[in-house]
Amino acid sequence: MYTASDLRKGLKVIIDGEPYIVTAFEFSKPGKGQALYRTKLRNMITGLSIDRTYREGETFDPASLEERAMQFLYKEGDHYHFMDNETYEQIIISEESLGEAKSFLIDNLNVKVLLFGERAIGVELPNFVNLRVMKTDPWVRGDTSKADFKPGTLETGYVLRVPPFIEEGELITIDTRTGEFSKRVKE
Amino acid sequence: MAKNWPLARRKKALQQRAHILREIRQFFIEKGYLEVETSHRIPTPAPESHIDAVPSSTWFLHTSPELCMKRMMAAGYEKVFQICRCWRERERGSLHLPEFTLLEWYRAGGDYRSLMEECEKLIRSVATGIGLGQNLTFRGCKIDLSEPWERISVKEAFQRYPRTTVTEALEKNLFDEVMVQEIEPKLGLRKPMFIYDYPAQRGALARLKQEDPTVAERFELYMGGLELANGFSELVDSEEQRKRFLMENENRQFNGKPIYSMPDRFLAELDDMPPSVGIALGVDRLVMVFLDAKTIDEVVAFTPEEL
Repeated sequence: MYTASDLRKGLKVIIDGEPYIVTAFEFSKPGKGQALYRTKLRNMITGLSIDRTYREGETFDPASLEERAMQFLYKEGDHYHFMDNETYEQIIISEESLGEAKSFLIDNLNVKVLLFGERAIGVELPNFVNLRVMKTDPWVRGDTSKADFKPGTLETGYVLRVPPFIEEGELITIDTRTGEFSKRVKE
Repeated sequence: MAKNWPLARRKKALQQRAHILREIRQFFIEKGYLEVETSHRIPTPAPESHIDAVPSSTWFLHTSPELCMKRMMAAGYEKVFQICRCWRERERGSLHLPEFTLLEWYRAGGDYRSLMEECEKLIRSVATGIGLGQNLTFRGCKIDLSEPWERISVKEAFQRYPRTTVTEALEKNLFDEVMVQEIEPKLGLRKPMFIYDYPAQRGALARLKQEDPTVAERFELYMGGLELANGFSELVDSEEQRKRFLMENENRQFNGKPIYSMPDRFLAELDDMPPSVGIALGVDRLVMVFLDAKTIDEVVAFTPEEL
């Protein structure tokens, strides 16, 4: 059982019998008032998002989903193909069911595919993945006038903020839970 | 590049934070306030419905220096200010840290209206001190700091903006939701805004308004939709204060929270306190406003997750 204070991005809960994942979360507490937990939740079956506000003390059942170790094979249009590491069975997950995970999928990545009943409804990524920076502005050494961050585009098309010293073509580690830069990979 | 580059890149923000703190101190020293330091670890916090203290052995870390500073007021210190760390259990979000910095100041005489003016002067003086002009940009809003700032009562805010009235929101226990979702995001977008006269039950330590005892002489300051400060005309009647604390504890019990023992020394001395005003201002948030920071994490050296 979770309570409202456990709510955070990525938490999976059951609402009205269906599995939802928290995709956005904000804690708020108006002066002298009660704590409110504002969330955006995505229905893991339909892909539809809802906004809900919860109060301190409200409880949730965790969405217990079956997890299967699979490998990401390739993408074809909106379809993402995965293969079960044990049975070699292949499955397809749609882009909308993948949500943000699609930004971090590179070929041959090992993930956990989540099943609700028989249905594959999403994937769980490793906390850290390495991806290559395909596009970013060059670093001018000693230039302190620039912002602390610059945008960088990854091989998946995902754009994130990277430190100024990162150059095009470098491999970096991303924290998939936050979608943020974690460190530079020494090759 | 340092290994801890998230900390390294906050250097400029932390330098500006230090500058802001110097300007705050300067303002109060020039106005004849005494800077005080009261105990962070206390035997019992003020019982308030929705504020939870972090236990420290059998005592607690203070959630605000309010009670100790009021005891100083009662003992004859007429103008005091303090900048200190405070702790509140389970408060964490992009605008909340469970350990944060509060500025509190108390002054004998005047009422909450004069305190609003003093608050204006403080923030304008800090803005000038750090080299800002009459305007600043925060969360995409160009905020004009010239006096006077806007003032609106809670009742008017409910009339102006949303779908319900104060009474109805309180009855349905939706007051906080309406404030957070409908009203707060619209406060202080062009000029800083004071929202005042909160429902009596939302000001456990505030004096009720004589002309209308359904409201407390309490206000909050907002800039760019962000709540920055909470001030009021202080309640200096110990009997009434004890009743309020008991009621707050009842609410706590109803919500399944631990109840706190009565702060007896504070209550025993409260009747000695002259009519006063007092205010708590979130220093981290003020720094956020001046630096146009998106999250509170950007203006502190360490968040709990980074320790």
